[in-house]
Amino acid sequence: MSEKFDVIIVGAGPAGLSAGYILAKNGLNVIIFERGDHPGTKNVMGGVLYRQPTEEIIPRFWEKAPVERPIVEQRLWLVDEESVVTIGYRSKGFGEEPYNNFTVLRAKFDRWFAEQVADAGGLLITETVVEDLLYDGSRVVGVKTGRPEGDVRGNVVILAEGVNSLLTQKAGLQKDGINSSQLAVAVKEIIALPKEKIEDRFNLEEGEGVTIELVGHSTMGMMGTGFIYTNKDSLSVGCGVLISQLVEREGLNPNELLEYMKSHPAVKKLLQGGETQEYLAHMIPEGGYRAIPKLYRDNVLVVGDAAMLCNGVHREGSNMAMISGKFAAETVLAAHERGDYSEGMLSAYQRKLENSFILKDLKKYQNVGLVMERNPQFFKFYPHAINAALEEFLTVDSIPKKEKQRKIWNYITSRRSKYEIVKDMYRGWRVLG
Amino acid sequence: MKKMSIEDKLFLNRFQADKHSHLKIKDRETCINCQRKPCTYICPAAVYAWDEKEQRIDTAYEGCLECGTCKYGCAHDNIDWRNPRGGFGVMYKNG
Repeated sequence: MSEKFDVIIVGAGPAGLSAGYILAKNGLNVIIFERGDHPGTKNVMGGVLYRQPTEEIIPRFWEKAPVERPIVEQRLWLVDEESVVTIGYRSKGFGEEPYNNFTVLRAKFDRWFAEQVADAGGLLITETVVEDLLYDGSRVVGVKTGRPEGDVRGNVVILAEGVNSLLTQKAGLQKDGINSSQLAVAVKEIIALPKEKIEDRFNLEEGEGVTIELVGHSTMGMMGTGFIYTNKDSLSVGCGVLISQLVEREGLNPNELLEYMKSHPAVKKLLQGGETQEYLAHMIPEGGYRAIPKLYRDNVLVVGDAAMLCNGVHREGSNMAMISGKFAAETVLAAHERGDYSEGMLSAYQRKLENSFILKDLKKYQNVGLVMERNPQFFKFYPHAINAALEEFLTVDSIPKKEKQRKIWNYITSRRSKYEIVKDMYRGWRVLG
Repeated sequence: MKKMSIEDKLFLNRFQADKHSHLKIKDRETCINCQRKPCTYICPAAVYAWDEKEQRIDTAYEGCLECGTCKYGCAHDNIDWRNPRGGFGVMYKNG
């Protein structure tokens, strides 16, 4: 390709498409490479799409975009072998405009989003893998694609390649590489279920949605979570665990883990009669603040999952992808104006991230991953202990309540010392507070 | 719901398999000496299997879900993981 582009974007996910949309709208000559046959066919998330960040790219997108259900209730389940403690929040307002968040299916949503980018003037090239950056000496001048004569030149390359960030790593931006305790593997099934059944089972008005996050025994005590999300006429059901911890469980496969979660008495009934339509797998960047690569260099920016922008505590990722894409676009617009794509100019991207919730939140939680990984009791013992305590407390058996409290306390402290419990509370407060 | 095997589930997905594998074992000796062989159980699609007779890892790349878990889970960094050629591999209908 002999034409030179202002901007080359690698990957048509939320981050790349957000950047592409803003840049194309502002009249820049943008090309986006996507390896799937359509944008979205390689993309997987749980998945929750957040309204406010998405509106920063496309106002009132929900009127046209293929979203599944606005989420009116978010539940957290602390799961034990055969029981569950549930906490949740439901709000009527979340079901009304402008909404809080939506469930989406990425193959549908990303395809729509890419159409908006194309309408804005962006050029989308599918079925094309970007194999490397194109260098002139040490300067990045474009990308090398898998197509014959596939070198494409551009002033700046935005790497939006996703969590398996091969190009980012190859370019030396991920100085220490990425290891198995910085990544989770998640598997998911799309389970078809009639609309009415979903609404009855999950206690929803027509069109409304719910999310359930599962912590504890559902991941066999490994660091990770399970999830059940309602789509229009299907459920997204999955679980993810840290790869390093799965490696330690010799012989355990992610699909077995998912089947185990699905067989839990509280989960089973929600899925009953459903029919699995698709089986998906994807990694989640869990490395947090410490694992973020160098985000810019001369003529290059890194956005979204490739930049490890993901907040596992709040299951936020798509919002960070979109806002980082927006920041990258703004940075490139300023660079374009000056005709200066140097590292110094592009460093404005880093500052935008630092001044936003993205790096503020990731910095706040920078020790969570490490502490949780080293202290399996948070995913194993405590969910169990809370279940056991409630089992005792709610069982009416003519035992005085004071005695019950003592029984519960003895049960817990015989398994974990008071000293350790106090330490755990301090640990939890330190990393989450 | 009935318990489903990986094989049953992969059957539901849309794949366009290439003629050549996008997953390559870098060094066969390393696998022989690898104690746990995590690739044989951590892969959501069970792409990797140990062939005891041939003393080698078999790679059923056609069912690869392209997550990349094997690349990072291999303690010996012994998997050369590339994206399938454009237009090949898994093509999710829902995502």
